[in-house]
Amino acid sequence: MTNNAALLMKKTVQAAAGLGGIFAASATWAANSKYNFQEPASRMAADIHDLHMWMIWICLIIFVVVFGFMFYSIYAHRKSKGAVAAQFHESTTVEILWTVIPVLILVGMAWPATKTVLAQKDTTNADITIKATGYQWKWGYDYIKGEGEGIAFVSTLSTPRGQLEFGEYPGENYLLEVDNPVVVPIGKKVRILTTAQDVIHAWWVPALGVKQDAIPGFIRDTWFRADREGVFRGVCAELCGKDHGYMPIEVHVVSEEKYAAWVAAQKQKSAAPAAAAAQPAPASAS
Amino acid sequence: MSAVPHDVAHGHDHHDDHHHGPTGLMRWITATNHKDIGTMYLIFSFIMFLSGGVMALTLRAELFQPGLQVVQPEFFNQLTTMHGLVMVFGAIMPAFVGFANWMLPLMVGAPDMAFARMNNWSFWLLPPAAILLIGSFFVPGGATAAGWTLYAPLSVQMGMGMDMAIFAIHIMGASSIMGAINIVVTILNMRAPGMTLMKMPLFCWTWLITAYLLIAVMPVLAGAVTMVLTDRHFGTTFFNAAGGGDPVLYQHVFWFFGHPEVYIMILPAFGIVSQIIPTFARKPLFGYASMVYATASIAILSFVVWAHHMFTTGMPAKTQIFFMYATMLIAVPTGVKVFNWIATMWRGSMTFETPMLFSVGFIFVFTLGGFTGLMLSIAPVDIQYQDTYFVVAHFHYVLVAGSLFALFAGTYYWLPKWTGYMYDEKLGKRHFWLSMIFFNVTFFPMHFLGLAGMQRRVPDYNPMFADFNELATVGAFGFGLTQLLFAYVIIKCIRGGEKATAQVWEGAEGLEWTVPSPAPHHTFEVPPVFEAKGHHH
Repeated sequence: MTNNAALLMKKTVQAAAGLGGIFAASATWAANSKYNFQEPASRMAADIHDLHMWMIWICLIIFVVVFGFMFYSIYAHRKSKGAVAAQFHESTTVEILWTVIPVLILVGMAWPATKTVLAQKDTTNADITIKATGYQWKWGYDYIKGEGEGIAFVSTLSTPRGQLEFGEYPGENYLLEVDNPVVVPIGKKVRILTTAQDVIHAWWVPALGVKQDAIPGFIRDTWFRADREGVFRGVCAELCGKDHGYMPIEVHVVSEEKYAAWVAAQKQKSAAPAAAAAQPAPASAS
Repeated sequence: MSAVPHDVAHGHDHHDDHHHGPTGLMRWITATNHKDIGTMYLIFSFIMFLSGGVMALTLRAELFQPGLQVVQPEFFNQLTTMHGLVMVFGAIMPAFVGFANWMLPLMVGAPDMAFARMNNWSFWLLPPAAILLIGSFFVPGGATAAGWTLYAPLSVQMGMGMDMAIFAIHIMGASSIMGAINIVVTILNMRAPGMTLMKMPLFCWTWLITAYLLIAVMPVLAGAVTMVLTDRHFGTTFFNAAGGGDPVLYQHVFWFFGHPEVYIMILPAFGIVSQIIPTFARKPLFGYASMVYATASIAILSFVVWAHHMFTTGMPAKTQIFFMYATMLIAVPTGVKVFNWIATMWRGSMTFETPMLFSVGFIFVFTLGGFTGLMLSIAPVDIQYQDTYFVVAHFHYVLVAGSLFALFAGTYYWLPKWTGYMYDEKLGKRHFWLSMIFFNVTFFPMHFLGLAGMQRRVPDYNPMFADFNELATVGAFGFGLTQLLFAYVIIKCIRGGEKATAQVWEGAEGLEWTVPSPAPHHTFEVPPVFEAKGHHH
């Protein structure tokens, strides 16, 4: 019991530290922080992260200035301190100032944001195109263009049942692991087409800076170019029914050589059953 | 009963403080008096607030630790959906209408609302709607689990609970439209002689604008859910691509309602705070005219920003950029309001009774929600925030710390006028501090959860999110229990206490403070003479 209380205390302190931490430790995202975005693994994710920090800093400055005035007023202009109320109640100059200055600040936010939107929307010249199809509740992948073309598989949650029912302590990747991950090569522009079979899902991998709704009957697209190898995990972000929380996404970014090997293995795997089925045919033909 | 005051021909001074007509239950069922109806709205919304709160606490209990301990995913989704619907349509909106009913006639010097009998009907539509909504938990398949936004095609898949929710929304929409028409007509036609529009209390202005928003968008929502209904049962394919429809059409229609809706829930809150700050700063509201223009600007802009809820649906770049810019612009009039409130406080002679505490608390936490709103307006970054706990944190900062705190502030402010007694100031202050602390303990960690990658509307999560979820759950239970204290303070004040004067607050100005406390059953049967003090000379 006291242990729990102590734990809770610790967490409260951590959270309070985090409150400061989000602002203080923000300039760098050297390590994966639990208080901020995941460490970017693509240029786009890094741009998003920078824009996010830019916004936080601007908001923080406005916060300090505006509430500096408010809390000073709360401190100083009290009846109990003998403050006598002034009776001023309008000033056109001040009103114009605090309309124009925010507009200028907004321009400073809009400019970099616009550039990022345009970059995000540019899905042309992709090296590899993969279609992600949302199902209740799993993802289907078809490599439809580029190296690996023709590879297709279904990807489902692989967290063991025992953990799901909370009989065992959840593992590190609880609810974020799948049987067949998406594999892509580093440094290549990967275009993801999204669609869905039943309801709307959303394909989201935070570290790659990608989130795109998958809409039944329509195709949408997004793209990423991973700049470091690793395993990046995401989830379905759009409420899609009962098991919405149980259809994760796992992307393995590998070297070009490893990717080629993976493609070969996949081709062999899909060729094997086909070859087995086709076996008698060549025999009778020749 | 003839509580329609226009019918009363004789003098007002010996006849106005008594209720005539049916007593007991029939008094309430046949009520046409704006004060009785206002009271019923407030009680109704508080009951719905507690119901939605119990749902929220069940969600938080499930989220206390990873794994499924309390509820199964399906029921969890029903609870998230119903928590949203109940709080938006059952608690926040009717509570503001309750304030409008009680206070608008008193503030503009009118004897009652313009359409007293329609007023009865607008209120009494709500309980059946609430029964339909809450009753849907008990039908086969349970309540709708499509999220409060009821996105198609998921909402097309649901059981009959969805149909009940649709009908409940239709009924509540009709109620809102009637209430809004009543408010518009009362404000435009029944002001005391001398009270020009630009001399009205700001609460009247914010409600006038809100009422127009309601009339404009409630039919849009009704249209959206009706299309879901016909897709479900009558073979239409509005939202089904196989029949030539488009699931995203639903989102466009819904959010065309949905964004003005968020201002419907916050503009009257701005009005309440704009009444309270000058009272306790003992200083006229700074920039009255600019407050009116800012409110109107926010309302107009609210019609051209809807697709910022849909940045991840995959819009063309120029559409994204348009909606991003339009959304960012809303920060300007909202900022003007915050600056005006602080300028009102500046060099005032302030005291901090509970209404003032809640109002200052409102400015502080609501503005935090405004900052995250600004961050969310940046389309390329929004794509990472969207549908995560960052958004959950954001809208609870503006809806709980915004709308709800303003409702608390207004309740404490006008309670002595309603009951004739002062509430327990010590307990009121305690209610404020506990609400403020537990609110932040609950919702601040959710920003971190969202940034780190936790999506909304899931019953279970990876252990890396465990500690913040634990903290949020502790905060939520603290916040929930604190509201029982609120109920206690109110009941205590109704039962008695120190007698309230007509003026109640030293710095209060306006016609509502010229009538005795408690306000007699009938007031202003003869229009008062309005002399503007303070902001205009």
